[in-house]
Amino acid sequence: MSALLEVRGVTRRFAGLVANDDVSFSVNEGEIVSVIGPNGAGKSTLFGCITGFLRPDRGRVLFGGRDITGLGADRICRLGVARTFQIVQVIADMTVLENVMTGAFLRHRGRREAGIHAMGVLEATGLAERRNQAGSALTIADKKRLEVAMALATDPRLLMLDESMAGLTPVELREIIELLRAVRKRGVTLVIVEHVMEAVMQLSDRVVVLNSGRKIVEGAPGEVVKDPAVIQAYLGERYRA
Amino acid sequence: MVRAAAAAAAVAAVLAFPALFGSPFPLHVAIMTLIYATLGVAWNIMGGYAGMFSFGTAAFFGIGAYTSTWLLTAHGVSPWLGLLAGGIVAALTAAAIGWPCSNLRGHYFAIASIAFAEIVRTHFNNWKLVGAAEGLMIPITPGGLRVFQWNQSKEGYYYVALVLLALALLACWAIARSRMGFYFRAIKESHELAMTLGISFVRWRLAAIMIAAFIAAASGTLYAQYVLYIDPESVLVLPISVQVVLVTMLGGAGSLPGPVIGAAVLVPLSEITRAQLGARGTGVDMILYGALITLISVYQPKGVHGFLAARLARRPAEPRAAAALEKPA
Amino acid sequence: MLQQLANGVLIGCVYSLIAIGLTLIWGVMNIVNFAHGEFLMLGMFGSFWLYTLWGIDPLWSIPLVTVALFVLGLVIYRLAVSRVMKGPMLAQLVVTFGISIFLANVAVLLWTPDFRLIDKPLLNGTWNVGGLQLSVPKLVASAGSGLVSAGLLLFLRRTRTGKAILATEMNRESALLVGIDTEKVNALAFGIGAALVGIAGGFLAMYYYVYPQVGGLFGTLSFCIVALGGFGSIGGAFIAGLLVGVVQTLAGYFFDPAYKYAVVFLLYLLVVWFRPQGLRGW
Repeated sequence: MSALLEVRGVTRRFAGLVANDDVSFSVNEGEIVSVIGPNGAGKSTLFGCITGFLRPDRGRVLFGGRDITGLGADRICRLGVARTFQIVQVIADMTVLENVMTGAFLRHRGRREAGIHAMGVLEATGLAERRNQAGSALTIADKKRLEVAMALATDPRLLMLDESMAGLTPVELREIIELLRAVRKRGVTLVIVEHVMEAVMQLSDRVVVLNSGRKIVEGAPGEVVKDPAVIQAYLGERYRA
Repeated sequence: MVRAAAAAAAVAAVLAFPALFGSPFPLHVAIMTLIYATLGVAWNIMGGYAGMFSFGTAAFFGIGAYTSTWLLTAHGVSPWLGLLAGGIVAALTAAAIGWPCSNLRGHYFAIASIAFAEIVRTHFNNWKLVGAAEGLMIPITPGGLRVFQWNQSKEGYYYVALVLLALALLACWAIARSRMGFYFRAIKESHELAMTLGISFVRWRLAAIMIAAFIAAASGTLYAQYVLYIDPESVLVLPISVQVVLVTMLGGAGSLPGPVIGAAVLVPLSEITRAQLGARGTGVDMILYGALITLISVYQPKGVHGFLAARLARRPAEPRAAAALEKPA
Repeated sequence: MLQQLANGVLIGCVYSLIAIGLTLIWGVMNIVNFAHGEFLMLGMFGSFWLYTLWGIDPLWSIPLVTVALFVLGLVIYRLAVSRVMKGPMLAQLVVTFGISIFLANVAVLLWTPDFRLIDKPLLNGTWNVGGLQLSVPKLVASAGSGLVSAGLLLFLRRTRTGKAILATEMNRESALLVGIDTEKVNALAFGIGAALVGIAGGFLAMYYYVYPQVGGLFGTLSFCIVALGGFGSIGGAFIAGLLVGVVQTLAGYFFDPAYKYAVVFLLYLLVVWFRPQGLRGW
């Protein structure tokens, strides 16, 4: 079975600094894969290269067997890859429902269908009660939830999350982990770029570790965390148990 | 029930206006109000909804006016066809300038729109084909609706202006509740967010600009047929564009009735002060304008509509705690 | 041709000064001061009235005009601009537009739309320098603009306040973190920006027509210059000012005088399409 997402030898430079150096890994359908690494490891750059916000200097990105390297971000979304942002972005002047409808319109052209689909997503993500609240009036945790809902409304096959757990209380963290598990149950594959190790450990099937632009280790969370190279890379960073 | 009755009364009043206030000056004010309301709706589509704040609406207003007028005077084309032609020319021009500008936001876009409009004005000011600085004159032609000209009274223009505004509002309403409208608002919020929802912001921004340009151009044709004389100073200058922005902002940018409210307040104000004081050429009406714009920006940037909406939204049971926990986005 | 180039540079120097004021404001607080042209106009009128009423030559009245415009800038910032900084983009765009319309038309009311000229300035005539005819007032204005720009750079780089301004321009949040009062910096930047363009107005008044609507054209030109130079870049604004002066003069001479400004606007559009950061980092 070929992988849903294949990253092959992605390299990206920024004026002399090699942010991604020949990074390769793949993600199978239905998996939850986390990409971790200390600050400056190149996680955000890799994220950008996969989702179409950056163009790799070398290497390929394949989605569902199809080469999506260098395609525009909107095109990649239409092909089935959705993402969230590190600094959460929702449409402030719209209600929660309208926000999700905006995502739903991608595959449901009519207003009624989009509305129905959006309500379904709201229910699945636990936001149905807040559907008429303004996007700007939500807490950060709820905004992140909304962001996930908006992404889900585009009916993605792959959802990529960019450090979405940052700044959440333990309760909120637990809720979002539950949410992501539910998302996976709906058949969406997840790639999570994260710092919050608790989430990584609880959610991931596999973990990819980056350091200084290179992939240094890949494997099950339990193994990766014991790997000396990984511990070395994180020396000075505290593991949040 | 009450709202339906009020709406019906308003519609009746608007339709009966010429019969009630038939003298030239009030009708003139009404016609200009309708024209600026329509221009405001056009601007609102691309600015209020899609976030492209243009200070160059006059360019499309003028292109519409000049296209239909030139077709009429040089080739005898009916002004109604000219209206369509003007709209198409304006839309295509908008696409041509809009495409390279599709990355520009905020101040950069605003200045680009000013630069573009100035280039257009300079060009028309020197273009012999359309009369350069002297402009074009439309010969007086009896025939009423057929020739898009009424010489005995202004009523015909009033009703045409009303229909044009109604159509523009209808278009805006349809857009706002459709996929296009949602996409516009997403683009206004953030290009990146729009892209991640599968929205090609280039394509949709173009759509917004082209629609706005078409409507503005149609207003231009109406204006030309109304005053029967156009020149760069009367249809292509920056003050027109600024007035369009102000009208929409005062009423409430991004809301459906905003431009209409704003026009209904500002245009009579401007016309009346100009009639009373402006005859001495001292621009007191513009002083008031300037002060008004500044005050609105500072104290009530969401305009009348925003003010009313905020009032109506005060629901005492709404939990404020959640909002208090929240950092400003 | 060389003569045209020289003329272009002379005009360009004053453009540079105007643009530097604008780019300072833009760089520090991310606001386009659409009233910039009107500040220029007020500077010119200040000069004119000081000359007409009290016989003070424009050259000597510059310090007075500068201070007056600095204060005006501070006042306008405090009363209007500071209050929209946290508001919607549309408000930020429109507020200075409102101020510009207000100022221009108050000037029309007070002083009529008539064109005025300072008829017997201290500096007039032309010098013949190596075969080139250089207008004396323009020469002095250019030299003055250069001096003022240099002075500004010194101020920004060497003084504490200046460095605070630069820091805020580079990174607002970091500046806040190190304890810089960014509100004060904003007000200062606005005041200095106004003062700079007031100086330019004083220089211009020596040889240019003074009338209420003069701000419109120079204002629009200065936006283009700032964009060309890279928003926020003072060095860029200086070079871009010279460039625009030259382009405008050459376009007027070789192409068509009526289109000389249109060419500049076209240049702005081209730069913004292909190289949004302007000359910055070139």
